[in-house]
Amino acid sequence: MSAPPTDGAVVAALADDLDLGFAELWGAHRQAVFSTALRVCGRWAEAQDLTAETFLRAYRALTDYDTERITALQPRPWLLTIALNLWRNAARDASRRPATTELDAAPEPTDERQDVEGSVLRNETARELADLLGMLPEEQRIAVVLRHVVDLPVAEIAEVLGRPEGTVKSHISRGLRRLRELRPAPGGHDDRT
Amino acid sequence: MTEPDFLTDSLAALRVDPPSALLDKIAARWSRVEGPMGPLYVASTDEGISYVRIGAAVHDTGAEFVASFRERFRRPLLPSEKPPAGVLPALRTGKGAGLAFDLRGCTEFERDVLRAAQRIPAGQVRPYGWIAHQIGRPKAVRAVGSALGHNPVPVLIPCHRVVRSDGDLGEYVFNRPVKESLLAAEGTNLGELADLAGRGMHYVASDTTGIVCFPSCAAARRITAAHRHEFRSIALAERAGYRTCQLCQPVSAA
Repeated sequence: MSAPPTDGAVVAALADDLDLGFAELWGAHRQAVFSTALRVCGRWAEAQDLTAETFLRAYRALTDYDTERITALQPRPWLLTIALNLWRNAARDASRRPATTELDAAPEPTDERQDVEGSVLRNETARELADLLGMLPEEQRIAVVLRHVVDLPVAEIAEVLGRPEGTVKSHISRGLRRLRELRPAPGGHDDRT
Repeated sequence: MTEPDFLTDSLAALRVDPPSALLDKIAARWSRVEGPMGPLYVASTDEGISYVRIGAAVHDTGAEFVASFRERFRRPLLPSEKPPAGVLPALRTGKGAGLAFDLRGCTEFERDVLRAAQRIPAGQVRPYGWIAHQIGRPKAVRAVGSALGHNPVPVLIPCHRVVRSDGDLGEYVFNRPVKESLLAAEGTNLGELADLAGRGMHYVASDTTGIVCFPSCAAARRITAAHRHEFRSIALAERAGYRTCQLCQPVSAA
C-alpha cells in the first residue's frame, strides 16, 4: 500500500464491497484514529482496544447503511467521532469505578513503538510531550491532538467536536500556550538555528 | 505562527501507526480449500478457525460466504492468500485435533459439546447421548443436538460423526445427504450399522477380549465373526460378563 486512498475512493470501495472497502477504510484512517486514541488516552494498550472497537462499530453501522448513505459519508471525522465517544464513555465508566483512579490519571510512561524506533533524544522528547498532553484539560487536549498530531483542518475538528470553529481555535491556542509554559523550547539542541 | 515551530513539529511527530497485527483483532480472513466433498470455505481469526461452510451451502462463491459470516458474526472478513495452518493435513487425514479454533461466539456448553465431538475418530460415529455423558450432562441429549447444529466449524470439528442412538443418522448443519457422504468418505461402516440397528442391536463384543464396543469402534471392527456378539444395551453386555471398551467408552442411550 503506497499513498493512502482518497475518501472518495474509500467510500466508493465501501459501497461496492463492504468488506474489501473496510480494508481500504482501515488503510486510509488507521493512523489518524490510533494517533488520536493514543495521544488522548495516553496508554498504548487502551489505544489499541479503542481503535479496534472504533473500526468494529463503524463496520457494524455500515452494514445497515444503504449505498446513498455510504457515498455521502466523510469517513475521517465520522471515525474520529466514534472513537472519541467511545473514549469518553470508557473514561466516564472508569471514573465511576473506585480505586486505581490515581494510577489511571497518570499516562503510561512506556510506548512500545517509540522504544524500537528513533533516537533516544527523540524518544525522550516524544514521551515528555505525550505526558504533558495528558496534563491539558480534556477539550484543549483533544483539540490540540486533532489539529497538530493528526493534522485535521479546524472545520473538521469543529465537526468532530460539535463546537463552533472559534471555540475550537481558542481551545487549540490555549492548549499550545499551556504546553509552551510547561515545556519551554530547548535551546541546546534546536537544529533550526 | 507561520515560521517553523519546535512545539508543533514535535506534536506532528507524535503521529503513529497502530501495530499491523491490530487489524487481525478486528477482521477475520477467509480462504477456499478442497475438502473431502468438494470446496470448503474457511474463516479464521488470530485465535483460530472460526467459521466453515461447504461450497454447496454458499453456492461456491466467496461473496455468499462473506455475507453468511457477516450475518452471524458482524465482523469484517477479508480474503487470505493461504488457508489457516494445519487445515489441509487435517482434511486429508480426518484428524482435526491439533487445529486451533476460535469458538468465542459459542456458549461454554456448546464449547464442551464441540470438544467432545473432536475426540471421535474418523470412520466412527457416536450417539448424541455419548456426548452428553462425556461432558457430564447425561440428560442434556437434546441440548447436545442443538449445540451440534450450531457448530460454526463443521467438517473440521466433526459433528457429522454424531448420530441418533437408534441408528438413524439424525440431523446435520447442512443436510442429511451431506452427512451421509462425509461419513462414507471417511470409511464409516454405515451399511453394517444400519443392519445392526435394524435388528435393534447397538453394541458388539468380543469373547476373546471380553470387551464391548460401539460397532464403529476400530476395536469392534477387528472382531472376527466367530467371536462376535451383538447386544441391545450395555447393561445386557455387562450382565454377560463384558467390560466396556476404553477407546470408544460406550454408554447406553439415556
